[in-house]
Amino acid sequence: MMEFALFLGCTIPARLNQYESSSRAVLEKLGVGLVDIREFNCCGYPLRNIDFKVFILSSARNLALAEKKHLNVITLCKCCYGSLKKADYLMKENDSLKKEVNATLEKEGLKYEGKIEVKHLLSVLHKDIGIEAIKGKMATTFRGLKIATHYGCHALRPSQVVGFDNPVAPSLFDQLVEVTGAESIEWPMKLECCGAPLWGIHDKLSMDLTLKKLTDGKKSGADYVCAACPYCHIQFDKVQKMILSQRDVNHPLPSILYTQLLGLSMGVDKKALGLEMNEIPISGIEELLKKERELAEEKELAAQKETKKETASAKD
Amino acid sequence: MFLKVCLYISLVIFLLALIYKVSTWFRYKVGIGVAEISVSTRFFSAIKGILLILFSPKILTLLKVFVLDVLLQFRILREDFLRWVMHIFIYVGFMLLLLMHALDKYITVAIWKNYYSTVNPFMFLRDLFGAMVIVGVLIAIYRRFILKVPRMFTNAMDIYAILIVAVIMLSGIFLEATKMVAYSDYKRMVDEYSGLSDPEELKSLEAYWVKEFGTISPNLKEPFDEIILAKGKELHESSCAGCHARPQWAFTGYGTAKIIRPIGLGIDRAHLPSVLWYVHILACFVGLAYLPLSKMFHIFASSISLLANGVIGKEKIVPANRATLQAMELDACTHCGTCSLRCSVIMAFEEITNMNIFPSEKIASIKTLASGKELSPQELRHIQEGVYLCSNCYRCTVVCPAGINLQDLWFNVRETLLQKGYPEFLVLSPLSFYRGLMKEETVPKDYEKPLIQAREAIAAQCDLMKKKDKVLPLTHADRTLQGGLNLSAQAKTFSVCFGCQTCTTVCPVVGNYENPQEALGLLPHQIMHAAGLGIRDLAFGSNMLWDCLTCYQCQEQCPQGVHVTDVLYELKNLAVKQVREKTLQSMERK
Repeated sequence: MMEFALFLGCTIPARLNQYESSSRAVLEKLGVGLVDIREFNCCGYPLRNIDFKVFILSSARNLALAEKKHLNVITLCKCCYGSLKKADYLMKENDSLKKEVNATLEKEGLKYEGKIEVKHLLSVLHKDIGIEAIKGKMATTFRGLKIATHYGCHALRPSQVVGFDNPVAPSLFDQLVEVTGAESIEWPMKLECCGAPLWGIHDKLSMDLTLKKLTDGKKSGADYVCAACPYCHIQFDKVQKMILSQRDVNHPLPSILYTQLLGLSMGVDKKALGLEMNEIPISGIEELLKKERELAEEKELAAQKETKKETASAKD
Repeated sequence: MFLKVCLYISLVIFLLALIYKVSTWFRYKVGIGVAEISVSTRFFSAIKGILLILFSPKILTLLKVFVLDVLLQFRILREDFLRWVMHIFIYVGFMLLLLMHALDKYITVAIWKNYYSTVNPFMFLRDLFGAMVIVGVLIAIYRRFILKVPRMFTNAMDIYAILIVAVIMLSGIFLEATKMVAYSDYKRMVDEYSGLSDPEELKSLEAYWVKEFGTISPNLKEPFDEIILAKGKELHESSCAGCHARPQWAFTGYGTAKIIRPIGLGIDRAHLPSVLWYVHILACFVGLAYLPLSKMFHIFASSISLLANGVIGKEKIVPANRATLQAMELDACTHCGTCSLRCSVIMAFEEITNMNIFPSEKIASIKTLASGKELSPQELRHIQEGVYLCSNCYRCTVVCPAGINLQDLWFNVRETLLQKGYPEFLVLSPLSFYRGLMKEETVPKDYEKPLIQAREAIAAQCDLMKKKDKVLPLTHADRTLQGGLNLSAQAKTFSVCFGCQTCTTVCPVVGNYENPQEALGLLPHQIMHAAGLGIRDLAFGSNMLWDCLTCYQCQEQCPQGVHVTDVLYELKNLAVKQVREKTLQSMERK
């Protein structure tokens, strides 16, 4: 069985429980084992602005903890992902830095050699499990659902460090969204930032950027924006709600977490998905799931076609 | 008489200290908007809140919390089994000793009519409870000084707590042991209870006690004649055994008695049993009198904190009660260090030497702050930095065995300190994300103030930024600037910049403004230039630096492979470092 150390970070357990529960449920159905390491600490991302050393020590300690258990790391957050990747990259590239960091980790009996890999949930789904395997687990699919996929900066860039997907024309997330039967729309601002890194630092600017992006998604015909990162999602959800109340905007583009979307089509227990926990309601999405009757009809239709073909070929 | 006087004195001190401590719950001011709430409002609001809960279905939750968390201490068990054993042993052992041994005349006698401290099961149980406490204390010492649990700090209060319990317990055990070997105690019991007067009989009994129970007699020495011992046994069974179990049952005392036997006669001659009795009694009374002012006060405060937070949950709480709750929670902290062990940002301490980063150590600082004591600007800055250096992950609150809502405490203190006006550069990091999310609910109207203050403090150190339209001489070049940008060994790449402005063109922040230079100061490619030229002020002073999303568009698209975002990161680090040092220096001068 595939097994990973689950790196939740700080935001998900504190403010986005539905992301954790839906991810656990989806990954369990797909046969991915998750190991919780209690000693994990903050990835260091919030402190990169202030102190590089604190950032790299924080990240490296997590990597060392996972390495001690011989486990690759799976992250649900793209900022955690970017930070852990960056630390891993820098330590591999710079031997003296690695020595310095390890000298500090040594105090706790830890050491990072660089023997493990850090993966984001989406790359585990796409590369380790595979689109075909996920297709096989679908209980039902969406009909007429238009999704604006949001890739997230720290997953895509710097591509040299993260190697997540093609940084200019990525398709990994679109494929994963389309497995559910939804349409992943083309939208000009798909690869732009969600605005979250400036939330709390420069709110006006942060809101400008978020609103611009969401308006673009809405204009391009999306029903929902879909994210796989707690920062991006909270920005699109709770912060969007604040934008709606402060600025004269009345066309929300609700955000759904990818694991909620996938979970719905996989028939995962509703409780684990926590749809009602999103600030901007998304329960309407369930109406777009094909009904059992429709599914049966579809199957019947396909079967009829098949027999028609067979009889036709028999005639020939 | 002595006992009574001591008891009453210590009880009076205890009560006065208790009243004083409880009054601080209503007087201490933690957090924003508390200054305006009067003590009486807080007092009556608390009474009302308590009554409302007592007469609501929540009483059931309260009962559940009382049994599971207060009595059985599941929150400690969940955290660490060894620690739970330690705490349960000390607490159960001590409580039972208090009720059954110290208060035996009132409680034990009332329940068991045939109670005698020298008969079983009472004699055995007393030693069993004592042994439990001793084992607990030994585990506590082992954890603190041998196992060295990470990030558990030992302060004077912790040592006092271990010491007072250890002195009470050890003096009790030694008192018992010395009484076992002391001939005068044996003699007293024989005189008072045996009713024997025949010298032969007395000799037989004494021989039996010396042989069997380790009494040290100045008159008799082993070995004894079998006949005498048999006679002694008979006498023991008829005169003593009825109300004195075999001393072996008091196993801790008996074990100790065996060790001290060689000096048994000396012990008796020096009246050690009565000395130890005074030590034991006085230690108990000191413990009682000082309890409200010591760490042991957590017996009350932690229980109240568990109960209160158990029923309050995540619901809204009226400001007056929040203030009282948070002042009370400061006393509920046992300095156990669980929060520091689980804290998400502890690695910061490796680089930033400030004890206030550790949650367990913040409490003491916040207590001083809440008491209204004058603190120096440096001290305030340290507390401010400590409470801001927090990723708001709630782990401390989740794991706290006393159920303290630590996260809320940090948040509240953070806002109060930020409003005091000392620039805090951590506000310019994504640590502020949470503050932004909370602004509608709890952040006061001066939300922007700390953000502006931090930027202004940095800008104030960058004079050249103010000379916008002037020609700058390159003699300002700081040759150490380039050398300083070496944290990730990637930042030096700015030197290959050929000024194509791609970074600026693709930057979403630049793209957001009609006149970006007005809003942002220098734009990304200009900052690369400034870094290349070593003009510190220009590299540090632009808003662009702090408005960078770190989205890495610039870096990804740079045709020259300049790590633009990484350079900006390092400039931010350097700017904060230098400006922080300068503001600290100027504060010290003041």
